[in-house]
Amino acid sequence: MHNSSRTHWLQPLLPWLVPLLLIALWQWSVSSGWLSNRVLPAPSAVLKAGWELLSSGQLIHHLGVSFQRAALGFVIGGGLGLALGLITGLSRWGESLIDSSVQMIRNVPHLALIPLVIIWFGIDETAKVFLVALGTLFPIYLNTFHGIRQIDSGLREMAQSYGLTGWALFRDVILPGALPSILVGVRFALGFMWLTLIVAETISAREGIGYLAMDAREFLRTDVVVLAILLYALLGKLADVLVRLLERVWLRWHPAYVRSSS
Amino acid sequence: MSIQGSRIHLRQLSKQFQQTPVLQQIDLDIQAGEFIAIVGRSGCGKSTLLRLLAGLEQSSSGLLSIDGKALGEVGQTRLMFQDDRLLPWKTVLDNVGLGLKGAWQDRARQVLAEVGLSEKAKAWPAQLSGGQRQRVALARALIHQPHLLLLDEPLGALDALTRLEMQSLIERIWQEHQFTVVLVTHDVPEAVQLADRVLVLEAGQVALDLPITLTRSRDMASPEAVQYSAQILQKILRPTSVTGLHQSRLAS
Ligand SMILES: Nc1ncnc2c1ncn2[C@@H]1O[C@H](COP(=O)(O)OP(=O)(O)OP(=O)(O)O)[C@@H](O)[C@H]1O
Ligand SMILES: [Mg+2]
Repeated sequence: MHNSSRTHWLQPLLPWLVPLLLIALWQWSVSSGWLSNRVLPAPSAVLKAGWELLSSGQLIHHLGVSFQRAALGFVIGGGLGLALGLITGLSRWGESLIDSSVQMIRNVPHLALIPLVIIWFGIDETAKVFLVALGTLFPIYLNTFHGIRQIDSGLREMAQSYGLTGWALFRDVILPGALPSILVGVRFALGFMWLTLIVAETISAREGIGYLAMDAREFLRTDVVVLAILLYALLGKLADVLVRLLERVWLRWHPAYVRSSS
Repeated sequence: MSIQGSRIHLRQLSKQFQQTPVLQQIDLDIQAGEFIAIVGRSGCGKSTLLRLLAGLEQSSSGLLSIDGKALGEVGQTRLMFQDDRLLPWKTVLDNVGLGLKGAWQDRARQVLAEVGLSEKAKAWPAQLSGGQRQRVALARALIHQPHLLLLDEPLGALDALTRLEMQSLIERIWQEHQFTVVLVTHDVPEAVQLADRVLVLEAGQVALDLPITLTRSRDMASPEAVQYSAQILQKILRPTSVTGLHQSRLAS
């Protein structure tokens, strides 16, 4: 057919068409004066602000601070959630001892604790890391616990009848069986991680992306504010890509995670 | 390299789940190296009997001994489950080598070749057909060179041709290694072809214990073989007075 070869190379570009058009429209409406710079700066202005902050080193600094908070909180909260989930998932004793307590605490929205956390830790790093840890603990805990519990008991029985016990049983059956669920937990936790960090940094911070945005607000620098928002979006996307990568490596046995192209 | 097969003795062995009796006072002796086939209607307790022999289930009453020992360690017994129970996150080769230590890879490849799946060694179980998965499960059981091999409908998912191949494979490996086999099957001719003795399980008891005296390899079209099959089928289709058993149970 005449058209097919032409549409063929257009295909991969198609998803970008609408965003590009929107950006063009945005640029045009600002430069034509139809949209005030105060409300929304032009994309070119945001890029320029980004470049300025990048070359002055400020951007890297604030990004680094935010990333460090996020990573530290995630490692602490995720690690704790994983450990607790393993304990309750692996032993009935652990479940009756811990699970109902964790479930109760889980019902408190962790962002509601902000005033209390500020009283406890002031507005320094500890407060933010604490909030992030709290936000990431529960999704990972829940999914680890359920991941272990939903493992086919037939597989466990089989493994035991083939002499697998203790660590070998955990390594060969329980952990890989729970992994799909744990990774779902990681995905949720990463979402909560950025959300918590945004809120915490916006309320009180002296460094970080949230600080960058709040500081810019005082000077009505909407370009920097938009830049900060885009940076958060970018970081969120980056975390998502990372989990996808892990899924592709660790769950390559799973039909649902096999790439459709292969 | 022949292995001493296990001897099995059941005395008044009973098993019930909650209030439901599944196996009732079964007496059974199996010689070392014997090939036993168990047939019976769905739900008559065949899998339960195998699970008792494998030590995965505790009997409610009665005695069960393997090689003179009460059941406890199941090191020499391997059960091939009715469902294949492969670990989906391990390759075919790693599934076969499950629970083995040392350099087992070469032996695993050998056993895989025996069940005709060498080229699938690196595949994931999800990429195999049902029949292929069951053959991997068989390889996984065989590699341990068990003294007692328990097979729970291992050929149920296979097409007729592969089924014939697998039957002669199982027979050949059994003749080679001389272990004891208890095979559960729905297929009466299969039981007649492979077994030294065919047991019909019915209402939790052994309703028929029929030695098959044909020489191997057996020709299933021979009149004797057909006669055996007919005799067994008849037993399954027309149960010896289930009511009679019922009454004797009520009386006791
Ligand atoms: N764990 C269990 N708890 C309660 N009842 C059970 C359990 N396992 C088996 N049963 C019951 O015991 C009976 C025998 O089950 P079993 O699995 O031994 O049958 P089967 O002869 O292997 O049947 P099939 O040919 O369909 O595989 C069935 O009525 C089943 O419902
Ligand atoms: Mg069964």
